[in-house]
Amino acid sequence: MKSCYIARSPMAAARELGGEIVIMSAVNSSLFTLNDVASLIWKAADGTTSLQEIVEHKVCAEFDVDPAIALSDAQHLVDELAGHGILLVKDQPIEKSLASAGSKP
Amino acid sequence: MSLLEELNGKAQALGVPFNAHFDVTYRCNERCEHCYLDHDDHGELTLLEIKGVLEQLAEAGVFFLTLSGGEVLMRMDFFDILRHARELGFHVKVKTNGVMIREKEADLIRDFGVHAVQISIYSHRAEVHDAITKLPGSLRRSVAAIRLLKSRGVQVTIANVLMQQNLHDYPGVKVLARELGVEVTTDPTITPKMDGDRSILGFGLESAQLNQVFRDSELVGNIDEFCAPPVSADESALDSTACSAGHTYCYISPYGDVYPCVQFPLPCGNVRTEKFLDIWRHSKQMNEVRSIRARDLPTCSTCAHVGGCTRCPGLAYMEGSMRGPSSLDCEKSFARTGIPSANMIARRSSHSGDQTGAALVPHVLASPSLVQISAART
Repeated sequence: MKSCYIARSPMAAARELGGEIVIMSAVNSSLFTLNDVASLIWKAADGTTSLQEIVEHKVCAEFDVDPAIALSDAQHLVDELAGHGILLVKDQPIEKSLASAGSKP
Repeated sequence: MSLLEELNGKAQALGVPFNAHFDVTYRCNERCEHCYLDHDDHGELTLLEIKGVLEQLAEAGVFFLTLSGGEVLMRMDFFDILRHARELGFHVKVKTNGVMIREKEADLIRDFGVHAVQISIYSHRAEVHDAITKLPGSLRRSVAAIRLLKSRGVQVTIANVLMQQNLHDYPGVKVLARELGVEVTTDPTITPKMDGDRSILGFGLESAQLNQVFRDSELVGNIDEFCAPPVSADESALDSTACSAGHTYCYISPYGDVYPCVQFPLPCGNVRTEKFLDIWRHSKQMNEVRSIRARDLPTCSTCAHVGGCTRCPGLAYMEGSMRGPSSLDCEKSFARTGIPSANMIARRSSHSGDQTGAALVPHVLASPSLVQISAART
């Protein structure tokens, strides 16, 4: 299976509210809340850990779920969030930064 | 209930300040006639202090952050503030007049992932807009900023404050907004100065003008619904709170003072001497604001409008008591429905000879408060 790395988009806004992650996309102002599993994936999306590793070491360690099904569900979630510009997805580790041009004008 | 309403309800139940308005400066390059601020610098928070406050706000759970002023770009370090705010994950809205936004600033606003920019436009005619801002060329420069931001995909909204000077120009502003591809919000709210000076309220619409504005379907949508007589309040309405001020929303001044709202100048503490969360959770003043319920209001609880009034506790506070009526809101309710408020009736009884509610409506101060009356989608 092809490697898949995910990173939280620096263009998204996110905050934890009562144990639930709230996210707003800067791309289309869509507002989301993530369930427990999705929150776990979001928090682990550091750009350097592959989705497969996140599912194996985080999701399956936390929830009683079949690894293959968990990975398939996670891939669907990642695709949806990536479609809203909330997650960055690449087949190699992701180096992300907020506005690399952001020095004083 | 929308997801946003649901989240605000959850934040209120948890005691989380989900929304914060942070004025990073009161300095400004415009001198708008109706502005409620003193534009001198009386000791603004430093960049280091502001970064610390932002970190505390993030820790407290603030999600929606409005950075405003004054003019935010009067601070040379504004983009350092903005970068830090975005790195902390806030949803950031910037209020600016846009006059200092050129290519480079527009690039940075896009690159930092600002979610929304609001720019004030008073008229589509330079002679009217520039006369209000007292800055020649300001309309041209503000419109240029909107174009620069739009061309970079930044979401921009025009804020159009209605007053005597520009009352007839809002249709022109709507046409301009449509041409620019942005939304426009129209609002006839003029508020007293923060020091209590009410002289600028004279720029507000007269009651007859307000009446006319409230009956323009282009602004209010369904006139019959907007101007419908008040319905009697049920128990839940009497147990309700006035607004989000102090519940899920707070305001921080450039000097670090924390207030329940930008329009509620009740000092609750200062982040230079106390932790933000201590002020938010334990300030006597903040908790007093939170304790107010409609049924506890001496005059307003008996008012026909109590179930649907936009009574602003901050304006009431500026008028004398946070539990008292806000006359500007009374006048708005009257202009909408033709039914005088309990406050107006009480004032009538204290004036001999006046027999009608209509006779009590001031002809200068009639201006609704805090409620934008349209958000026209382009």
